[in-house]
Amino acid sequence: MDALATPLFEMDGISKRYGGVHALRDAALSVEGGRIHAILGENGAGKSTLIKIVAGVVAADSGRMMLEGREVTFASPSQASRAGIACVFQELSLVPDLTVADNIFISDPPRRYGLIDRAAQRRMAEAALARAGASDIHPMAQIRDLPLSRRQMVEIAKALARNPRILILDEATSALTQSDVTKVFDVLKRLRQEGLALLYISHRMQEIAKLADICTVFRNGRNVATYEAGTKSDNEVVELMIGREYRHVFPPKPRPVPANQNPVLEIANLSWSDRLRNVSLSVQAGEVVGLGGLDGQGQRELLLALFGVLRGVTGGLRIDGKAVTIAGPRSAKAPRVGMALIPEDRKTEGLMLPMSVRDNLSFAALARVSKAGVIDFGAERRLIAEVMSLLAIRASSIDAPVGSLSGGNQQKVVIAKWLMVTPRIILLNDPTRGIDVGTKQELYKLLRRLAESGVAIIFYSTDYDELINCCNRVLVLYDGSVISELEGEGITDRALVASALSIGADKGSPAPAVAR
Amino acid sequence: MKDWRYIIREQRGTLIAMALFVAMFAIYVTNHPAGFTLNVVTTASNKGVLLAFVAMAQTLVVVTAGIDLSLGMIFVLTNCLASWLVTGSPLETAFGVAAVLAAGLACGMLNGLIVIFGRLQPIVTTIATGAIFFGMALLLRPVPGGEVNQDLADALTGKLADKVPASLVVLIAVVLVVWIPFRRSLTGRAAYATGSSEAAAYMSGVAIRKARFVAYSLAGLLAGIGGLFLTFFTYSGEASAANGNTYTLYSIAAVVLGGVSLFGGVGSAIGAIFGAFAFRTIGDLLFVFDLEPLWQPLFQGVVLLLAVCLGAFRLLQIRNRLDYFG
Repeated sequence: MDALATPLFEMDGISKRYGGVHALRDAALSVEGGRIHAILGENGAGKSTLIKIVAGVVAADSGRMMLEGREVTFASPSQASRAGIACVFQELSLVPDLTVADNIFISDPPRRYGLIDRAAQRRMAEAALARAGASDIHPMAQIRDLPLSRRQMVEIAKALARNPRILILDEATSALTQSDVTKVFDVLKRLRQEGLALLYISHRMQEIAKLADICTVFRNGRNVATYEAGTKSDNEVVELMIGREYRHVFPPKPRPVPANQNPVLEIANLSWSDRLRNVSLSVQAGEVVGLGGLDGQGQRELLLALFGVLRGVTGGLRIDGKAVTIAGPRSAKAPRVGMALIPEDRKTEGLMLPMSVRDNLSFAALARVSKAGVIDFGAERRLIAEVMSLLAIRASSIDAPVGSLSGGNQQKVVIAKWLMVTPRIILLNDPTRGIDVGTKQELYKLLRRLAESGVAIIFYSTDYDELINCCNRVLVLYDGSVISELEGEGITDRALVASALSIGADKGSPAPAVAR
Repeated sequence: MKDWRYIIREQRGTLIAMALFVAMFAIYVTNHPAGFTLNVVTTASNKGVLLAFVAMAQTLVVVTAGIDLSLGMIFVLTNCLASWLVTGSPLETAFGVAAVLAAGLACGMLNGLIVIFGRLQPIVTTIATGAIFFGMALLLRPVPGGEVNQDLADALTGKLADKVPASLVVLIAVVLVVWIPFRRSLTGRAAYATGSSEAAAYMSGVAIRKARFVAYSLAGLLAGIGGLFLTFFTYSGEASAANGNTYTLYSIAAVVLGGVSLFGGVGSAIGAIFGAFAFRTIGDLLFVFDLEPLWQPLFQGVVLLLAVCLGAFRLLQIRNRLDYFG
């Protein structure tokens, strides 16, 4: 066989089981240098497991891996790293109490007389950060003091500093701002020119369209198709991923809600530190109000402020026309207010991963299913059965730990948990981040059903398609204040992008942007 | 040059412990009838150095998010061993010192091996091994007794060249020879990484087991140095359970006072040393203010609580309640 025809890295016949579940069955992948190879698939399709096997985090049950034609096995991440494979993980691999420089060179720092040479390490860290397009990060800052988007850039710098031949990015851009994404893409394109093989895993189709040379689709633990980028339409790709006829992702657009009803929730001039400035909004029963704008313009803080998590919030809040103060999540969920918040980070704020599905579901609603402080297990079971079938949560048992469910089903548990308290106001904080297309579809439908049953919904999403198709109105935030309000047919891609970037009024919009 | 701000941020706990000790010691010497003299400093150094060694040992383990409840017993065991071995001719004495330190190291290695390969929780493991170490100490010294090379003992507990307390010099030497190389080595940083986030450390290819093993082993060695010094002060060995338990618990107090986080990944042995000296100074303060020694435990408790409260002050500045749990 000609040496040139040998791919840089190849794996085939790879299988992996977790308990009774096949994460991978006889999967194969072939990666060449100088190309960006996108891996697509729903959550639970086996992408993460595949990446973990390549990176040496888990061992395959069977199959073989070949690096430059030689068979290799990795017993640990450090072995894979020595073989030239670096991975930017979705779950960050940074140590919070160490500095940026310490983290970048955590396993192989420059040394002198056997001790770490901190001056050299610092210089090299600066170079690595610059290479990743993140020279704004100080190499001596501690990771725990950095926001998520900066941490993700450090993670990328760390992978690059290992001078890998194969670089794996697993949802590596999920928390990045748009300008960071642009910088990272430039870096990745440069690495491709340098001959690296890049494996790119993302749920964002636009990113894949911009970057990838070749795509492989995974479904149910197998690679079902590999094709040159740009040779398949989005619809075809989604069909490959979900393996069923793909119709419309979104349910029909909502009917306009008649104006001048009494709003369920009304806020006036809400401010908090320098992150929220005089935000006013009102939501009626049955209305879905979207929060748009670039990531990190105060949308999350607004939801947290409403839910009583932030201290020192100023401004007025009215529920059903009556002024109330919300001192914390406990008073937010009380029937008087009836508010629920679906958090962004389900693993830390939404779920107790080692506890059972049952416990997770009934935590917020225990008051409803107990009498005199004693839990009525019969009532609990009935209520759980109800929401589990309503949301079609797939779990082997309600006593299974929620951490064993797929990402999409975990997210459904978070939502179901709050539906059990029958809220009147639901706040959603980017609920579809990192979940698969099928679950997304179900969530959109659920959202619509809830709105039709009279729930008032505030929906923050980083995905413009979701805002366009799910919302009656969208408030666009910029630097902590609402800079424009779009309504009905006026919610378009163009209007959203234009106002998000704060580049002036979009002429096509019937509700002109309000400059502040 | 904003670097110093990051350095202060990183060393905050150590700096606070240092400030606390300096303030307490200043109050002590200004109220002492003899004032700031070499004798007063030497006495203070000799009183604090034992706890300082055990607190350094505790720091190594706590940094990996573990805890070692056997350190007080290693301290007692090595004391008993030294009362047999560290005596006789200079050569015999040297051999004795080496044997005592090796015994401390071996105790630490045993803890490390059980925690790593037995995958047992450090707290349970070290309660059990601590009992074993104490049992061995009892076999060595059923009743207090023994002897020690007095020339060596007096040299190391007296003044060096009539200018500096020898015990302080030994403590600094141990910091330079054991702690600094550990802190600046890859293994030491691996220990911090392990304590801060074991999952992230593993994903980054950090040698977690080696870091843990070295941390427990060196902790045993440092506790052994403490035990050796105890022998130099008392000229004898005693298998005292009360002494062992006190040192174990006080070492944890000193570590907390010194700004070392019990959650792991944060702090420095130098902070713990200042914590240990500050803790010891409480008794001295009671003495110069003519208060009953009976008050000592109460005051030590109050100071410890205040120190922990200091650490909690940052919570008042938190404006996002979710940060309470981070």
